[in-house]
Amino acid sequence: MSLTIGVPREIFVGEKRVATVPDVVGKLTKLGFKVAIETGAGDAANFPDDTYRVAGADIVGSSSELWSASDIVFKVRAPSSAEVGLMKEGATLISFIWPAQNPELMQQLAARKVTVLAIDCLPRQLSRAQKMDALTSMAGISGYRAVIEAANAFGRFFAGQITAAGKVPPAKVFIAGAGVAGLAAIGTAANLGAIVRANDTRAEVADQVKSLGGEFVKVDYEEEGSGGGGYAKVMSEGFQQAQRGMYAQQARDADIIITTALIPGKPAPKLITADMVKSMKPGSVIVDMAGEQGGNCELTVPGEAVVRHGVTIIGYTDLVSRLAKQSSTLYATNLLRLTEELCKTQKEKGDGSIDVNMEDDAIRGLTVIKEGAITWPAPPPKLPAAPPPKPAAVAATPAPKGHGHGAGAPMAGSTMAIVFGIGALLFWLIGAFAPAAFLSHFTVFVLACFVGYMVVWNVTPSLHTPLMSVTNAISSIIAIGALIQIAPPLLGSAEGRPSGLILGMAVVGLALTAINMFGGFAVTRRMLAMFRK
Amino acid sequence: MSASLATVAYIAATILFILSLGGLSNPETARRGNLYGIIGMAIAVLATVFGPRVTFAGLPWIVGAMAIGATIGLVAAKKVQMTQMPELVALMHSLVGLAACLVGFASYVDTSVVLTGADKAIHELEIYIGIYIGAVTFSGSIIAFGKLSGKIGGKPVLLPGRHWINALAALVVIYYGYAFLQAETIPAGMLPLAVMTAIGLLFGIHMVMAIGGADMPVVVSMLNSYSGWAAAATGFMLSNDLLIVVGALVGSSGAILSYIMCRAMNRNFISVIAGGFGTGGGTAAKKQDGEPQGEVTPISAVETAELLKDAKSVVIVPGYGMAVAQAQHAVYEITRFLREQGVNVRFGIHPVAGRMPGHMNVLLAEAKVPYDIVMEMDEINADFPETDVAMVIGANDIVNPAAQEDPTSPIAGMPVLEVWKAKTSIMMKRSMASGYAGVDNPLFYKDNNRMLFGDAKKMLDEVLTALKA
Repeated sequence: MSLTIGVPREIFVGEKRVATVPDVVGKLTKLGFKVAIETGAGDAANFPDDTYRVAGADIVGSSSELWSASDIVFKVRAPSSAEVGLMKEGATLISFIWPAQNPELMQQLAARKVTVLAIDCLPRQLSRAQKMDALTSMAGISGYRAVIEAANAFGRFFAGQITAAGKVPPAKVFIAGAGVAGLAAIGTAANLGAIVRANDTRAEVADQVKSLGGEFVKVDYEEEGSGGGGYAKVMSEGFQQAQRGMYAQQARDADIIITTALIPGKPAPKLITADMVKSMKPGSVIVDMAGEQGGNCELTVPGEAVVRHGVTIIGYTDLVSRLAKQSSTLYATNLLRLTEELCKTQKEKGDGSIDVNMEDDAIRGLTVIKEGAITWPAPPPKLPAAPPPKPAAVAATPAPKGHGHGAGAPMAGSTMAIVFGIGALLFWLIGAFAPAAFLSHFTVFVLACFVGYMVVWNVTPSLHTPLMSVTNAISSIIAIGALIQIAPPLLGSAEGRPSGLILGMAVVGLALTAINMFGGFAVTRRMLAMFRK
Repeated sequence: MSASLATVAYIAATILFILSLGGLSNPETARRGNLYGIIGMAIAVLATVFGPRVTFAGLPWIVGAMAIGATIGLVAAKKVQMTQMPELVALMHSLVGLAACLVGFASYVDTSVVLTGADKAIHELEIYIGIYIGAVTFSGSIIAFGKLSGKIGGKPVLLPGRHWINALAALVVIYYGYAFLQAETIPAGMLPLAVMTAIGLLFGIHMVMAIGGADMPVVVSMLNSYSGWAAAATGFMLSNDLLIVVGALVGSSGAILSYIMCRAMNRNFISVIAGGFGTGGGTAAKKQDGEPQGEVTPISAVETAELLKDAKSVVIVPGYGMAVAQAQHAVYEITRFLREQGVNVRFGIHPVAGRMPGHMNVLLAEAKVPYDIVMEMDEINADFPETDVAMVIGANDIVNPAAQEDPTSPIAGMPVLEVWKAKTSIMMKRSMASGYAGVDNPLFYKDNNRMLFGDAKKMLDEVLTALKA
């Protein structure tokens, strides 16, 4: 039984994306699915019907026909109530849903007895979920586009230049929020040559900011702002005040401000006040990427670009649609990866069936409605066993150094005392009972152990094998023992001495050690000859 | 040669041996270090042969025995392949152990030395301990040789109640030691001595059999240490300071090397010796729900070549698989080609990669890889985030992210090479099988990891052909 994947045209005003692209159609077909596309679905993203047809999809004339024929529907925007009404019972819908914001939609979908996978509910902490993470891929695109929009509205170059016509200072860009979108914006702006500064309540992103060529601006206030799942949380009043001070200062200095601050399920925090806008230089630009959630700037008009106090404030909510071809391609690939996950349990490869396996953490998180039963919100995935403080701990305890003087970390006091105690006892026993002749040998023995210890600590790890083979060769010093037994000058009572037996054993022993002695040194020599610069 | 002259010669030999070990601290001085060792040994042997304790009658025997041994040793050293080094070293340790046993027995049956009271007791105790260490070294090294050369399976063999068996063996050895010291005549002392030797041999076998293949570097250096202690015990037995000093040098250096190895694996020395790692813990962990899952992304040799060509910075992490496949020359060819193209190629060596300490360095040196691009784990780990391609050749446990990410993993806390932080990692393996530690490797399933399945040598040759094409 091979299921049909249907891709309707997006009816939301201004939405130009499409949920699959011709390249992906071919891959879906390989998994055993039939793919049906509503006519004109890809037009806005520059994918005409013909390109889909060539890739093996059926073009369906009307949306009602498409919805009713589809076992699985790929969409970008959450469906309207009219669209929900068209859905086939028992079908599966994969799209953005935002269940927290759309409780009525959830009820309508549940009533249709369908299964819904909300791509926005993906447990992003799972590393294997990254390939399906449409929020990330979309955020990256919008970050890029935000910089392009800013550059478009800004009257100067981004990069500083010294030309025959005078000196051009580089643009100063400040980016509030270093999530995926913020980081994409940092990278894009830095590539255009601007001086980029960025801030985020999560201190751990500082390195990421730096890695993209930005400078991390700290808020002078101690508080950890990581709210789990890669989002920030609401901060305390004291912190917010310190933050406002920092933003006010950046506003006076920056030419372009891009804000990306979002807190899940809450209106966007107002970071940029009207006064801050007033303090900006005329001709400056603010791109408010949180427009849809009300905006990070007090003067933002969602969906529009306005000029206030000489500053252009761009509140477009369709930044992703403005790069429709790119975003459609990435989104389609995310959905393809998700489909592959759903096909993992196929009995035969490519038989075009799916299994919404609720045991799988990633799929469990995505599934908000299963056969008419609302399963949202999913329990937190079990996997993130590594709690946030852990990275810091790992960084704080560097791997013990491989060699060098001393035994790494100093021993604990009590262990030290025990070691000394045992040592003292042993020495006392030996001193009390051993004869003098033994003691002189013992002295030599203990000192030699220490010499060996000191010498070997300095050996570099790359020479450990030669070291072993040289010490092995040296240990054939035992030959001395055999040598002095072969024919000792016999003093006094030589009677009853099994000289033949001793001689035999000593000769065999000597031959064995000679193998070791010559072989060991020769092989070490051979090895060391190979080490070269 | 007078006794004083012989003693002075021994002191000279001792100094040369210390310089020899010291010289190995650096590749530049290592060759000279080996030379010091050879000179020291020559002085020691000549001083003994012409010294007061050897009569002229023994000379033919000595020359004969040395000639036979030298021939065998030199031929073996010439013919051995660098990948077989661990086996050769283990086998040589066994010879020292056996020699220590023989010298011990010979010393015991020698009636020309008459001692009484505490001197006699100490002398006999030295014989007893010397033979015991020699026996353990001998049988343990033979088993280690068997395991390293694949004649005996690498999996640990665990007898039920093995710790009790060991404890019982120790008690028997102590009891017979007492009986041995009480023995009035030499024939009466023979029985305890023979029983103890048998137990020593069995203990050596049992100890090494119980240790998994992944811990072999520790075992080899531990046996190295034992052979040193055996020599030191013989020195006590024969009242020879040179033997004591050199035995102690070798013994302590081997012990420190074992300790360094253990620390590199984040293992307790005692638990390595107690053995058993590599089966029990591994299988238990696999059943837990933290088992990595997901899909692996295979890659072809041609695609690997493409990735390498586009990279600016490449880190190669070799493991035992490279040694088995004799792939070090192919690795070097690729390295040379990439370096000519201006790619920054370096090697990351884990302290316990391979089957004995420094195994990988020797193989790379054999293939003429310059040692200044061969880095230690600590030196290279910080560079992985800036690395475009990290190529893992036949290694597994030493690049296992579970050591850092999964606190329940049997290898948790072991320092590993963080190849997964590179932009792309390529894992070159024959199959999906787990490493010697028996732990599944989540690296296989990481999004930025690619698997290149096949024999390392064959695959690298294909990569090289594709690079040059």
